Amino acid sequence: MLDLLKEPVLAVQEFFLLAGGALRNIFRKPHYGDDIALQMDAIGVGSLPIVVAIGFFSGAVMALQMAAALAQYGQVGRTGMIVSLTLVRELGPVLTAVMVAGRNASGIASELGSMKVTEQIDAMRALGTDPVQKLVTPRLLATGFMLPLLTIIADFVGMVGGWLIGVMYLNLTTRQYWSSAWRALEWWKDVTQGLAKPVVFAVVVALIGCFYGLRTTGGTQGVGRATTQAMVAATILIFVLDLMITKIFV
Amino acid sequence: MPERSDTPILKFEDVTVAFDGEPALENVSFEAYEGESRVILGAAGSGKTVLLKAALGLVKPESGRICAFGNDLTAMREGELSDIRAKMGMLFQESALFDSLNIEENVAYPLLNQRSIHCPREQVHPRVVEALDFVELGETLEKFPSELSGGMRRRAAIARAVVTAPPLMLYDSPTAGLDPITAHTIMALVIKERDTARTTTLMVTHRFQDGNVMANFRYNSEQGRLELARNGEALHTTFMVLREGRLIFEGGQDRLEASEDPYISRFVKHRE
Repeated sequence: MLDLLKEPVLAVQEFFLLAGGALRNIFRKPHYGDDIALQMDAIGVGSLPIVVAIGFFSGAVMALQMAAALAQYGQVGRTGMIVSLTLVRELGPVLTAVMVAGRNASGIASELGSMKVTEQIDAMRALGTDPVQKLVTPRLLATGFMLPLLTIIADFVGMVGGWLIGVMYLNLTTRQYWSSAWRALEWWKDVTQGLAKPVVFAVVVALIGCFYGLRTTGGTQGVGRATTQAMVAATILIFVLDLMITKIFV
Repeated sequence: MPERSDTPILKFEDVTVAFDGEPALENVSFEAYEGESRVILGAAGSGKTVLLKAALGLVKPESGRICAFGNDLTAMREGELSDIRAKMGMLFQESALFDSLNIEENVAYPLLNQRSIHCPREQVHPRVVEALDFVELGETLEKFPSELSGGMRRRAAIARAVVTAPPLMLYDSPTAGLDPITAHTIMALVIKERDTARTTTLMVTHRFQDGNVMANFRYNSEQGRLELARNGEALHTTFMVLREGRLIFEGGQDRLEASEDPYISRFVKHRE
């Protein structure tokens, strides 16, 4: 029994050591500004099209579904409120994080995993560079900065999707939709929650990707395994942490 | 060759390295002196690569002590090892060039990142060009590793290892997977570096032929090629044989060739 537990416990310890090292390095020299900019481009700009598409269709679908439910109570006019609350509190942060996890946690794991199995990580250490400082911290900072921005974009585009449905199919006026959507949002309960989540999810996506990448063994097969594991672990953690953060705010 | 100094440049004292409880090196002890060449023979999985990585401080031993340049690596933390590693050049088995950097950036990497190498910015490019000329790859500055052949990647990796002029060179199977002509080119570079820069050399290989070249040939800088060392010329080459993590032989070529151990004689008999 103890032997069975040993490996997961060691893995968790290894993960927290990596997280501690990466966070500590934010305040330590050298800082790799070029790498941070490169990762921001790959994670942020690269994920923009998919995040915009997912955000738009989520908002549109929410508007259709909620309007049907609200019609039973004669409250179709409140569609904007429901769409904005659902997007800002839940769908925006979670869907964006899951998309970025699918694109980037797996991408980071495969990139670092390939470097690990071809001894590039060892070469980096041999040539005087801390791989955590050079590879993990820039990815953590870039994801931490870009994921909240992507979430804000997804929230807004989602509301636009809901507005189009409202105007085209629900006979809502533009003013009616947007004033209902805007007034529904409370600073602490909704906006803070909606921005705290992507920050936490960003840490998970970046660190899980780096963690599985850096512990890759077993050649190209190992890289494939690390990629899948990173994607699955990051997605599960996003939902678990979502529940925990929601409990704090609700 | 320089006179043998009294203090070893690299010393393993009863070193055991294990992964998941399985020993990769077991009670290995040896000393390498300045100007000496060591050829480490062994089958796949015998611990050759682990030995080199332990010498660099990339893997920590379970027990025993590793000293390099008078410093106990086993007592040092990762951050403190940087200065010692700057005195060692390592050629990794698969070259380990950084895919995302071109050859110039790869070779410049140690000059720009080793804290103890204080190389002024304006000297980086000339030194990179010099190192690439040394391995006869002066025309590949802008190319990426994926654009080079296996032999060229190995040569570029040698350029990266020697660009800081380290006194100790570690080669991990420099000729593995190469055709005989390219393998000879690589061995010529290994010996050229040893003889022109007077470096101490540790070379891991599974080919006795590489060790034979290391022990008996010298680089003629006037003619730009290898030649058989003259009788009595001291090349200070020691052979070591690893078997399942244990050091089972340490000595000169004559003793190695005379060994009746079936494992050892297999290497000697399979000379190409």
